[in-house]
Amino acid sequence: METYRILQHPILGEIQQGKPVEIEVDGKTISAFEGEPIAAALLAAGIRVFRYTTKRHEARGVFCAIGRCTDCMMIVDGIPNVRTCITPVKAGMKIQTQVGLGKPQEMQP
Amino acid sequence: MRETEFAIVGAGPAGLSAAIEAARAGVQVTLIDENEKPGGQLFKQIHKFFGSKEHYAGVRGIDIGYQLLDEVEKCGAEVMLNSVVWGIFENLDLGIIQNGKRNLHLQPKKVLLATGAVENALAFPGWTLAGVMGAGAIQTLVNVHRVLPGKRILMVGSGNVGLIVSYQLLQAGAEVVALVEAAPRIGGYAVHASKVARRGVPILVSTTVKEALGKETVEQAVLVSLDENWKPIPGSERTLDVDVICLACGLSPLAELAWMAGVDFTYIPQFGGWMPLHNENMETTRSGLYIAGDLAGIEEASTAIEEGRLAGVAAAESLGYLSPAAAEEQKTVIRKRLNQLREGPFGEARKEIKEQLAFGGGKWRY
Repeated sequence: METYRILQHPILGEIQQGKPVEIEVDGKTISAFEGEPIAAALLAAGIRVFRYTTKRHEARGVFCAIGRCTDCMMIVDGIPNVRTCITPVKAGMKIQTQVGLGKPQEMQP
Repeated sequence: MRETEFAIVGAGPAGLSAAIEAARAGVQVTLIDENEKPGGQLFKQIHKFFGSKEHYAGVRGIDIGYQLLDEVEKCGAEVMLNSVVWGIFENLDLGIIQNGKRNLHLQPKKVLLATGAVENALAFPGWTLAGVMGAGAIQTLVNVHRVLPGKRILMVGSGNVGLIVSYQLLQAGAEVVALVEAAPRIGGYAVHASKVARRGVPILVSTTVKEALGKETVEQAVLVSLDENWKPIPGSERTLDVDVICLACGLSPLAELAWMAGVDFTYIPQFGGWMPLHNENMETTRSGLYIAGDLAGIEEASTAIEEGRLAGVAAAESLGYLSPAAAEEQKTVIRKRLNQLREGPFGEARKEIKEQLAFGGGKWRY
């Protein structure tokens, strides 16, 4: 899979994020760093659509990345409307693409 | 209800600096921020700052951030993180939600709002596609979280933010396909523009994005040239393959709490629009309520630091921790540094507006 991670950086040096862990996105396992925002892990894995709007079912992704605009909301461990750009990754988290207002729902097995 | 002497909302450059000054004078300070880490947007600024040594010239924003955090730790201010201030009430009392769960009612004697700014968006057909993002968003993702939001970027806006973020995208290994600017000339400093141009990025003035194309995510951008009246020139459209459109279209003061506090506002385009009126002590039209940083008009992190210091000293004085003479001495030094930061054609205009606001014949001027 193509990575969007910036492994080396001329000013910041080698990447030093948290402990490598795995999380589940719509049933698929991806790698992430513990403590990084969920949105960063998803973008690193090439996932860019985070939710679909209520009325017109349009795709939305990250817009502001600092928790202001709420475009990046997803269902995280069964809780809808979670701002993934400011919510840190924990090992084993289950993330789902949110459709509309994302009614709380049971986790997929 | 808990009490404190001086509550500061926002732990960015302005809030941190105010906390340091006030706590050093002996004030009991509570510094509140909704994020899990203090520092505001300083930690994504990996470029070196301008100005003189007192203004941290040649130091990267990220290092200024660490320096301020270190000073805050030493000065004894209480830092309350993961705490959203959701309301400000009749006696300047604050409603705070901590960790998304617990509600705290805090009664300060004085309050500083240092809430910062919000990025402006630009609406065009396709602007809601995934991949259209704010420049600040991209700076956060690239410089703090070390992830690229895409590989082929169109930058919209040639102010300093657009120029600096373009360069930082290049440093991170992305391709900046083009930088467009609707105005007939580049908005930011020539030194930033030439760094970007030297790396081969075409800077297209009198050009804007007409449309973003793609099914769910950005796949292409349609550019169009503008005539001298900023009207699109028919037939000048061309299409670029890009996966990200980055909007660097300026910032607006983040003023919800100030509106809620009922202070008087003024509209100043050079400062990003609506902002609270304030005097030479950074105090608003409501006694005991101060503002600093981007909320007091969009400028730079270095000016936010100085305005924060000014508010911190003024609050310490009004709480009786500094004599008027001692406070005036400190304020004079800070104001001198602020004036140095507001030199040059853009800075001079901001300086004049701030002075008009503050010294409008002894009363507030609209």
